[in-house]
Amino acid sequence: MTLSLLFEQLLNGLQLGTMLFLMASGLTLVFGVMGLINLAHGSFYMTGAFVTAWVTGTTGNFWVGLLAGTLAAAAVGALVEFAVIRRLYHRDHLDQVLATFALILIFSEGTRWLYGSSPLWLNVPDSLAGSVTLPFGVEYPLYRLAIIGMGILIAIGLYLLISRTRLGMRIRAGENDREMIGALGVDISTLYTLVFALGAGLAGLAGATIGALQSVQVGMGEPVLILAFVVIVIGGIGSIKGALVGALLVGVVDTLGRVLLPDVFKLFMEASAASGVGAAIASMLIYILMAIILIFKPNGLFAVKH
Amino acid sequence: MNEAVLSIQNLNKRFGALHATKDVSINVMPGEIHALIGPNGAGKSTLIAQIAGTLPPDSGTLWLDGQSLDALSVAERARQGLGRSFQVSSLAESLSVRRNVMMAVQALQGSSFRFWKPVNSDASLREPADAVLAQMDLGHRADTPVAELSHGERRQVEVACALALKPKILLLDEPMAGLGPEGTAKLTTLLETLKHQVPILLIEHDMDAVFRLADRISVLVAGQVIAHGDSDTIRNDPNVREAYLGDDHAESA
Amino acid sequence: MTQSHSFTQTSPARPARFRLDREGWISLSLLLILAVGASVAYLAGENFFVNLASRMVIIALAGVGLNLALGFGGMVSFGHAAYFGLGGYVAGIGAFHAFDMTPALGIPFLPNGSDQMIPLWLTAIALCGLLAYGIGRLSLGTSGVYFIMITLAFAQMIYYFAISWPTYGGEDGLPIYIRNQLWGLNTNNSLVFFFLCFGLLLAALSFCHRLLGSRFGAALTMARLNPVRLATSGVEPRPIKLVAFVISGMITGLAGALFADLNGFVGTSMLDWHRSGEIMVIVILGGVGRLYGPVAGAMLFVAMEFWLGGLTEYWQFFLGLVLLAVVLFARGGVFGLLAGRSRHE
Repeated sequence: MTLSLLFEQLLNGLQLGTMLFLMASGLTLVFGVMGLINLAHGSFYMTGAFVTAWVTGTTGNFWVGLLAGTLAAAAVGALVEFAVIRRLYHRDHLDQVLATFALILIFSEGTRWLYGSSPLWLNVPDSLAGSVTLPFGVEYPLYRLAIIGMGILIAIGLYLLISRTRLGMRIRAGENDREMIGALGVDISTLYTLVFALGAGLAGLAGATIGALQSVQVGMGEPVLILAFVVIVIGGIGSIKGALVGALLVGVVDTLGRVLLPDVFKLFMEASAASGVGAAIASMLIYILMAIILIFKPNGLFAVKH
Repeated sequence: MNEAVLSIQNLNKRFGALHATKDVSINVMPGEIHALIGPNGAGKSTLIAQIAGTLPPDSGTLWLDGQSLDALSVAERARQGLGRSFQVSSLAESLSVRRNVMMAVQALQGSSFRFWKPVNSDASLREPADAVLAQMDLGHRADTPVAELSHGERRQVEVACALALKPKILLLDEPMAGLGPEGTAKLTTLLETLKHQVPILLIEHDMDAVFRLADRISVLVAGQVIAHGDSDTIRNDPNVREAYLGDDHAESA
Repeated sequence: MTQSHSFTQTSPARPARFRLDREGWISLSLLLILAVGASVAYLAGENFFVNLASRMVIIALAGVGLNLALGFGGMVSFGHAAYFGLGGYVAGIGAFHAFDMTPALGIPFLPNGSDQMIPLWLTAIALCGLLAYGIGRLSLGTSGVYFIMITLAFAQMIYYFAISWPTYGGEDGLPIYIRNQLWGLNTNNSLVFFFLCFGLLLAALSFCHRLLGSRFGAALTMARLNPVRLATSGVEPRPIKLVAFVISGMITGLAGALFADLNGFVGTSMLDWHRSGEIMVIVILGGVGRLYGPVAGAMLFVAMEFWLGGLTEYWQFFLGLVLLAVVLFARGGVFGLLAGRSRHE
């Protein structure tokens, strides 16, 4: 294990963390403001990826595709909020889980129906192709680096949005006291639709950018969704800061664990067994991390008081 | 440590800058109804939460019948003999009145980890529950779901649930709140009959009821007990008069 | 078979006369339809339909397990696939080592694998209980959304573990070449296997019925309806919920072992989080907190899977629509529609 490999993997971990942050921030906002658990969040991720792949394929321009994918995910989010989700705010969590699980089935099978089962492909745009040389002699793909940069920008943007704007003020009011924003005379249902669409748009953006690294296929949002849940549980439900810290933690721990653990086990096991055991344990690492954090901080690292 | 049934000693609780419970000490003696009164925001709810075990105090100790309550959970305090009622009635709405009371009887008898014998035909659970219900004048409502009860009846069920624990003390949190004159009168009569059976720490807003029922009264203002004594003492205490009649500049040490 | 655990309207100490209310009649009919249906299909030589009935029964059993936690204990577990899958893997791994005549898990001092159902079932139940205890201990300290996410996450952990553990097939799964045995019975006979599963379902239903009517059941009901009242009455809610959660995992685990034997295969699909969702769906379709709800839900689910799946490849799209409609407009599920409102609504 060389230092440069370690550095490279650290960057990969950050890049995964960035993606998870885009997913988790939407989930945690929707929970913080509306008290809703949304399993269908992964469907917006998928929507973003599919629309981006499709529009990019049609227009030949990745950036038009990316914009279209993000906006489409936000629009679908707004539509779903209007048609289904707003009926669930006053329901218990069981109903929310079931209804949004139903939405997953509808979205996934609907997408399969429209696009078929074989994956779509999306290429990295020419302007971001190739790689750059970083310290420790690491050749790192420019596109992945751009994703990390985008994540930083979005984290700053969200921070400014929530701390500096009127919309942000209303969101904070809603997190502290759902009755209060009503008293402030804010049009709650518009606010809710906006917040939901914002979360969906962020998920769509994540799906669209990842689409260029992996294949675009039905169900691609689900593993990310569950990782995002782990992120939220670790960070504390409703906390954007928690989502950021949790996402980076999960991204880095997961990535480094997969690389390092087999080597660690090779220190005291024979090689083939070590890689098997190492891989198996590595796949469980973030859940073990979650369990440990739960024991000491049952409400997550940045618990939000309701 | 003394002959008090419930002894609250030097209880303190702060929330940031707010000193919500300030060195509160109250002793409830056997056979008495001890009323705790105070204006809104005096810290009564915070104090009750600390006695019941839902909120840990910053410092101070609680003794029930010579045993320390400090390290005990809500359920353990209940088993030690602390029976309580809630300000906002907290019952299982869809269950019958009897089922609500039977829960306490079951806890009193020990294990809830019995998986086989049906409770519905279990006389050792039903009979004590029915006896307490009869005492609270609810015998005829035993099979009614709580959801169908009147406000006043719910209060009575709350007290019945607490009584079924065969408590060493009853902690009643504003039992008269929201009751009309008729309901208040009825509950007052019922509580009077209880007093010889079990001492009561009564937190109450209704002054008529307090002066009629209480043997001794403690007055809580701004987290602090500003007066102790019987009805007459309290009625004539200038500090109390100020806290209740004057503006809210009751002294805060 | 009456719902004498519905505590609301029972009159004082009614003598144990066997009387069926409407819910009871529906429950009895469902069981009869299953048993008679499977027998008739067998006599007609339609083994496919016998196996379909077995599938209904096994999925119902998994749902009965979840219902204990979800419907009666108010614990919305989104991770019951972990127990279903673990039960399945016990059956699969036991058979694998019995076939190879090697010690279980390849660990030298463990006994050889087994192809006998009874020890496999007991192992599955014990291991699932242990797993549920661990997950329950960690997740019952939280509530609401946390509980849902954490149970989901831990189940996913088991899923990824199974995928990356190469010995037992990893992503490809593990075939069971010869169905496991039970004494002298011919378990390969579809009807014999059906009635084995059916018997276990009946046993689980009667067990739950007894359990819910007992002191423990009373405490569990109170833990769901009003945990504050339970604690104020002097009973700690958490251990009560934990025990119910463990029993719930055990029952679902047993169903998993049967499912693996039915299919002659165990794979990671049994651990998939969609499976957790499906088990939950059958509980809801039938009616939450109804003892026989999962039976109705499983029959409906498997029937839909069969008919809709025959009509269109995208049948889950329609399942989604049905589920959405049930959640938004028909909360009581099948039992809610047929037998009126339950005490839960």
